[in-house]
Amino acid sequence: MALRVGCAAPPGRAHDNKTGSWRVFKPVFKYEKCVKCGLCEVVCPEGCVYEREDGFYVADYDYCKGCGLCVEECPVDDIEMVQEEK
Amino acid sequence: MMEILEGSHAVAEAVKRCRPEVIAAYPITPQTHIVEALASMVADCELDADYICVESEFSALSACLGASAAGSRVYSATTSQGLALMFEVCFNVAGMRQPVVMTIANRAMGAPLNIWNDQQDSISLRDAGWMQFYAEDNQEANDLHYIAYKVAEDHDVLLPAMVCFDGFILTHTYEPVDIPTLEEVDAFLPPYKPVNILDAKNPMSLGMYATPDYYMEFRYEVEEAMKRARKVFADVGAEFGETFGRDYSGLVEGYRLEDAEIALVAMGSICGTVKDAIDEMREEGKKVGLLKIRSFRPFPSEEIKAALAGVSKVAVLDKNISLGQKGAVALEVKDALYGTGTEVLDYIVALGGRDIRKRDIRAVADLAEKGIGDQFYGLRTEVL
Repeated sequence: MALRVGCAAPPGRAHDNKTGSWRVFKPVFKYEKCVKCGLCEVVCPEGCVYEREDGFYVADYDYCKGCGLCVEECPVDDIEMVQEEK
Repeated sequence: MMEILEGSHAVAEAVKRCRPEVIAAYPITPQTHIVEALASMVADCELDADYICVESEFSALSACLGASAAGSRVYSATTSQGLALMFEVCFNVAGMRQPVVMTIANRAMGAPLNIWNDQQDSISLRDAGWMQFYAEDNQEANDLHYIAYKVAEDHDVLLPAMVCFDGFILTHTYEPVDIPTLEEVDAFLPPYKPVNILDAKNPMSLGMYATPDYYMEFRYEVEEAMKRARKVFADVGAEFGETFGRDYSGLVEGYRLEDAEIALVAMGSICGTVKDAIDEMREEGKKVGLLKIRSFRPFPSEEIKAALAGVSKVAVLDKNISLGQKGAVALEVKDALYGTGTEVLDYIVALGGRDIRKRDIRAVADLAEKGIGDQFYGLRTEVL
């Protein structure tokens, strides 16, 4: 993103604000016990969990903040928090 | 035209000629006469500006920030506790790169409550990203406003500027001031052309939030703009000199430094007293000179190093103290001279309006000669 004087941005630029480098843990979807209930998509505060074509769910790591809500709420414990690379 | 004016009115006349479209300020001693005069000018239709009456300094600068973001040339003035109340907004103004010009009538910070002059207020905001120019007399206070607007609004800079001049010592003192005509100022200072502007037809947000992956680059941009401001100030100051006959091309100004062994370093109105004291000492054969710092931000490290190259001792007169360390100006001068072997001695003087006379300057020079420094000068030991 080209820097604009005074942190100026036209509408629609919120997508530029990717999570970047500060996330410490991220959710990893294991697809071992997943029942495709979609609760992870519902509870994601960033709206970055979405349904794939095969019906399973995945997080868009560009925007995921690693809050862990999907992991906490998954009824079958099929999502795991994994530490980012050190 | 030469007029006899008090400093506040000299500044108000300068601001009037800069044609600000929005003025928002809250009166506070010793700045009051500036904004009183400007309010009268607006009321009497001498100045075509919106004067926004606000309930606090925080609101004053916030209004200026919004008006500047909408493309107006804006002005405010404050001092001491008022500037402290603007602290948060000051960082926002600089970060959003709005060329707000604000006059600081330098005054001591409380507690204890004190309305008299020192430079603690503006010095304490040196890290906010505002340029800071210090005036020696009312003429310079007047002239620096034209220059401040032109430098601040230059697209290579786009940073806010404080024009600082000493409360009461200058604000309430009458001196002859050569005030340029409106036409002359119009020729020197073109209308403000903003880069980014809040406009409903072309929606845009200013001062967006920046994640850790972007924030540092924005801060770097401000720092680079501050570095560019050095040259822009020198160029604009030289242009001002060619136009009006008073040269401000120097971020610092030397006085009888050519063969000086001891250099006094100071900012603001104290420089006039120092010059008189130096004249007396020179007559006695003492090789003393003055280096006046006009621009504290951007800090002219290279210019200071060059100007003080042949000096063995430097005595800095600080009208402030960074408590727990020493005077802020001395610290920065020391940084500029690091590695040169020049001894830098710090003297905390004239806090809270305590008078400083020629004999005090001479005493400081004597102390510096003996290598005695880094102290409060003029403490009343009987009340300690």
